[in-house]
Amino acid sequence: MSELSGGAEASRRSGAAPARPGGGAPTPARRRIGLIVNPLAGIGGRVGLKGSDGAETVARAFALGAVPMAGARAAETLRALAGAAAGTANGTAADARRGHSAAIELATYPGEMGADVAREAGFDPVVLGSIEAGATTGADTRRAAEALHAWGAELLVFAGGDGTARDVFAAVGGSVPVVGIPAGVKIHSGVFAVNPRRAAELVAEFLAGRAGLEDREVMDIDEELFRAGTVAARLFGYMRMPYARALVQGAKAGNPGGPSTLRDVAFGVLDEIDRDPGAYWILGPGTTVKAVADELGIEKTLLGVDLLHRGRLVAADVNESQLLAFLARKPESVRARLVVTVIGGQGYLFGRGNQQLSPAVIRAIGKAGLVVAATLDKLHALGGPLLVDTGDAECDAYLSGHIKVITGEADRVIWRVTA
Amino acid sequence: MTHIDEQAAEAARYLEYQAIDTGYRAVRWHEKTLYEQSRPGSTNAILPPVEPGIVALVGDVAAALPAAARRARPPEMPELSEPEILRHYIRCSQMTYGYDSGNSMGLGTCTMKYSPRINEQLAASPKVKALHPLQPEETIQGILEIMYGMRNWLCELGGMDEVTFQPRGGGHGAFTDACMIRAYHHARGDDHRDEIITCAVSHPCNPATASAAGFKVISLYPDEITGELGIDALKAAISDRTAGIMMTAPYDTGVFDSQIAEYARLVHEAGGVVSLDQANFNGVMTRMRAGDLGADMVHFNLHKTFSTPHGSYGPGAGAVAVKKAFRDFLPVPVVEFDGTKYRLNSDLPHTIGKVGTFMGMVPNVVKAYAWVLSMGADGLREASEWAVINNNYLIKKLLEVRGVEISWPNRRKLQEARFSLAKLHDETGVSTTDFNYRLADFGVQTYFESHVPRIVDEPVTPEPTESISKEDVDQFVAAFHHISAEAYSNAEIVKTAPHRSIVHREIHDYENLTQVPFTWRVWKRTHPDG
Amino acid sequence: MSARLVHRYIPNTAPGVRERMLAEIGVASVDEIYEEIPAALRFAGRLDLQAEPRSEADVARELTSILAKNRSTDELLSFLGAGCWPHYAPALVAEVMGRSEFLTAYGGIEVNDHGRFLAVFEYQSMMGDLLEMDVVAAAVYDGTTASGDAIHMASRITGRKELVLPRLMDPDRLSALLNYNGPWFDTVFVDFDPATGQMDLADLAAKVSDRTAAVFLENPTYLGTIETQVQEISRLAHAAGALLIANVNPASLGVLAPPGQYDADIACGDGQPLGLPMSCGGARLGVLACKNEVRFVHTLPMTMVGILPTTVPGERAYTWHALFDRIFYGEREAARSFSGTSSFLNAIGAGVYMALLGPSGMAELGRSNMQKAAYAAARIGALKGVKAPVFAGPHFNEFVVDFAGTGKSAAQVNAALLERGILSGKDVSGEFPALGAASLFCITENHTQSEIDRLVDAIAQVTR
Repeated sequence: MSELSGGAEASRRSGAAPARPGGGAPTPARRRIGLIVNPLAGIGGRVGLKGSDGAETVARAFALGAVPMAGARAAETLRALAGAAAGTANGTAADARRGHSAAIELATYPGEMGADVAREAGFDPVVLGSIEAGATTGADTRRAAEALHAWGAELLVFAGGDGTARDVFAAVGGSVPVVGIPAGVKIHSGVFAVNPRRAAELVAEFLAGRAGLEDREVMDIDEELFRAGTVAARLFGYMRMPYARALVQGAKAGNPGGPSTLRDVAFGVLDEIDRDPGAYWILGPGTTVKAVADELGIEKTLLGVDLLHRGRLVAADVNESQLLAFLARKPESVRARLVVTVIGGQGYLFGRGNQQLSPAVIRAIGKAGLVVAATLDKLHALGGPLLVDTGDAECDAYLSGHIKVITGEADRVIWRVTA
Repeated sequence: MTHIDEQAAEAARYLEYQAIDTGYRAVRWHEKTLYEQSRPGSTNAILPPVEPGIVALVGDVAAALPAAARRARPPEMPELSEPEILRHYIRCSQMTYGYDSGNSMGLGTCTMKYSPRINEQLAASPKVKALHPLQPEETIQGILEIMYGMRNWLCELGGMDEVTFQPRGGGHGAFTDACMIRAYHHARGDDHRDEIITCAVSHPCNPATASAAGFKVISLYPDEITGELGIDALKAAISDRTAGIMMTAPYDTGVFDSQIAEYARLVHEAGGVVSLDQANFNGVMTRMRAGDLGADMVHFNLHKTFSTPHGSYGPGAGAVAVKKAFRDFLPVPVVEFDGTKYRLNSDLPHTIGKVGTFMGMVPNVVKAYAWVLSMGADGLREASEWAVINNNYLIKKLLEVRGVEISWPNRRKLQEARFSLAKLHDETGVSTTDFNYRLADFGVQTYFESHVPRIVDEPVTPEPTESISKEDVDQFVAAFHHISAEAYSNAEIVKTAPHRSIVHREIHDYENLTQVPFTWRVWKRTHPDG
Repeated sequence: MSARLVHRYIPNTAPGVRERMLAEIGVASVDEIYEEIPAALRFAGRLDLQAEPRSEADVARELTSILAKNRSTDELLSFLGAGCWPHYAPALVAEVMGRSEFLTAYGGIEVNDHGRFLAVFEYQSMMGDLLEMDVVAAAVYDGTTASGDAIHMASRITGRKELVLPRLMDPDRLSALLNYNGPWFDTVFVDFDPATGQMDLADLAAKVSDRTAAVFLENPTYLGTIETQVQEISRLAHAAGALLIANVNPASLGVLAPPGQYDADIACGDGQPLGLPMSCGGARLGVLACKNEVRFVHTLPMTMVGILPTTVPGERAYTWHALFDRIFYGEREAARSFSGTSSFLNAIGAGVYMALLGPSGMAELGRSNMQKAAYAAARIGALKGVKAPVFAGPHFNEFVVDFAGTGKSAAQVNAALLERGILSGKDVSGEFPALGAASLFCITENHTQSEIDRLVDAIAQVTR
């Protein structure tokens, strides 16, 4: 057939207030949301703020034409959130007072770190802590996150970039789900929504209890490499983020969405492992690969690369030289296979967060030895090809083209890979 | 004039253009269910009685059943008199948008076209209705002649050698293909071939039936620019585990993949089987034959291209046609002709047996046969041309509507296309679903958005077919102009639509599946007060 | 310019329209658009198909003359069943199914197809009452695909690898099930008691294990016997942690225990007996139902019409959008099931039938079938050399006759009866050789006593 229009989407997207079973209009308990704005995100802060006087660096950055974006982005999200409650495309302050303030209790940090935009959007926020206006740092973000967590935030919404995400993570780890509002810089972490409006939709889905939660990567510039002159993203950990169940492919019986979808992908990878039981299986970082390890009953290094043989962990958290040494030592007849997944929000297969898998390692294993696994939802969210940036143009070219990606137990897709 | 005034003026212009009937009101009976109208004790003497002579000999056989095997309580079904029942269903039918009721060109991929009434009457003849499928062949020569005749025509139209009508629809046809592919490789000792390649812009039944038949499925996505799958992508999918490919031409997006013959060749080279889903046959009928592009098997939807009615969602009928090499795998029986008599042959050496019951949806084969007779080769060609002309005219006019774009704009489309309201959504917050609800307010059938995966944002997939007049297309476009103008000036009207339909838009507010009543008995339990 | 074809089914073939529209598109000819098809694939030959369209009268005449070569069961007295049954089809059913809106509707939504969804919801509801089950699918292709769907559900829900099937099963149905089963199950067959035709419980107990995903029960069976041990079978299946799938005939449920009464998890069957004329096997209505538990509803591979609230409090939307993404439309290959355009019109017709008959009519239907079949079996069984019914125990509306005692094969008897204008029972001697020269006869409420008597007399004559 066919042909069925997605009526379901309508009520979800229009944000019409759901009918409550049993009729009547009970007063729902207010939900606690924390808001952090990093006012200096996106103005090349990291480069400039290192070391020296904050105010001078900020002034220099502005003089160089930098534009603070996080506040405006956060405002966009809050307006859309207020609008969602009022059933309009964009809420006014009045809408927020009428509808959303009734549903949400918002807490934030002072002034440019959140209180300003919150009030503009019509919220009457609880304001915690104190800052030095115009001279905020990562430490302020960390303090804000701790304070909001202690206050009881069910969800932390923050506007900024990778550095902001890393600061939030450093403060609260994976204890509170988050929604990141991208502040206009190139972002590698997976904890950011695609745009401010989408961030509002995710918050609304979360509040309505319709969202699942899944682990997303927190990544930031590797400082050691940076000091040595290379810009490379490093994987720091994972935080949980809501995702809209309705848009996820492959919801399964009794357990729709995220965790079981990862499990599906894991089963698909296990199928490949079963077909090549004598091989050495190198497992890269990422929650998708971790799901494979979980099914095998193996404790995998969350952020690193592990080595498996015949279902047993042979080496954990190996670096490049250990990998190469191992690959050189193994018998010719035994194959080496590598399981990788997409790391971060940009869609990198290699070069972000898994630099141990260097060009030399990749060449030793060969393209035919790769097993790429990812949920279809993740692939679609990329809105484009998978990316590679191994640092070696020839290796990048070798990897480019099309590759088979395992997206479920019986499901694969062919996806484009480019440098 | 302010911006808003301009919008209003534009809207007013289109109100007059093609006489958009904003006075449209859907028929709305506040019709309760049969249960709510039930009058206990109402009975209708419909069945023939049991003669006293029979009762005398055998007694009440049912009452003699052991208690455990007997029904303990009567079913709590509604009880009404015959005229009340008819009134109820007549009202329900009036609150249904049939093809004959209006303009159904919005339902893309469905190939909505006129179902000629003479065909309905012919298929309702006792010479069809009162046949039993297991009757001796000599008593059903007429039906077999029609099935054989249709078989010949489908072979001719598809460049194939044999046909089965056993599948009950397109999805069932795709499943038949998948089973035959499985049997083919099994017969050759190639059970390791467990992967089927398909594409994301074909009907979901393609991957679904492949996986139902036990295959792993590899999906290819159309290239962002060309709308085609691409040789490189296909090569990345092909391996020594390739059992076959399920393709379609043109895609649901209306794009005809220029490399499709090469894909077939590559799959054959790798030892795989090529299956073509011809749900979209209406756009290429008489212009292209599946056999020529390398297909080993194809399936047609008789309720799409071949005009049999959609029946509120079936019964349809599928027809699977295969090349000679695959004849032996077809489900049985096949209809044969020895020069004088028609026969049913169930002795195909590698047959997959049955995929459904008996010979398939026979009345629909009769209807399709009558339709092909009514069209002739010239008429079939004309129909396909008009499907393409109507669609391209639609494309030209619809792209003049503010906020409407088309996917793969640099490719010409054949009989259908997938538009996008992403721009309109970005600029107004009105989604394609909102838009569609508002369309219902103008007496125009709502459109089909898209199959999953929704690679086109805010999709709209109409398909005019040849049954649509130019005026119908103009009406559809005018409605789009009107609603677009509303979206840009007064989005609320669209976001809260529909306003003049039978009911308002549904709300999905349940925590889990068991909270939705799918029967009255569940509704009654959860809504004791109605 | 040569005269173009004007066709009654193609409005735009009226003169002048093509030129205007092509001009609007900006091409001189439609061939420019067809250039999208690569030149090598463009078919330029002549199709071996008559070129000119035919007038309506011509088509009617041609079809009528071809169909005249059929001898239908209006002309021949038929006792064929075996999956397609000759019940009475009330006038109202055809009337409602002929309504243009129901006949030609398709993909509308809750706001403009309210009536269609309401009618289908009522079918689901009445079927649910008959089955005593809470969740009923809108319709699947036919009873055979419905049982295939039931099997897929059991596979997904339990994750187990074995399926227990009755050995007493229509071989055609078994063939289809094996196509559905194929990669997921190992099939284990349970024997039947040769005396009663019912399931051999000892054999069932021996074959059900913790590897069993489901026990598949048919009631009535392919050969017409009624399964009186339904409670025990249900218990045996559930004790092993397996599901019970019950394949039923809705026409029998006015008198036979419905699946819900013996705790079946999934029910399937074909609704053709509910007012749908046989149509050479074309009339099919796949019935599929299950318990109202998340694990079942989530795997039911078909659309269902449910009731949802709308934006106006108190208003009901009858809709198939509830949980749509759950099935293959949303999941594509992950669903591992498929069923597209299925049988909604037939479901609506069956709904009319069930409404017309109501609970008392359904009881009457069941009783009448059983009585008339029992009468026929008794009278045929009284004939010399003829054993009927072959199985002891209760039957619904079909029974097996063994002609071995007459020295004639089933095929010979059938041919002789055909000469007398009678379509005899299905020859099942090849399928079940142990039953002798066996034929499966079907008697419904629509057979009169005199028709049955005529059959008995004819059998007496041909077996003399």
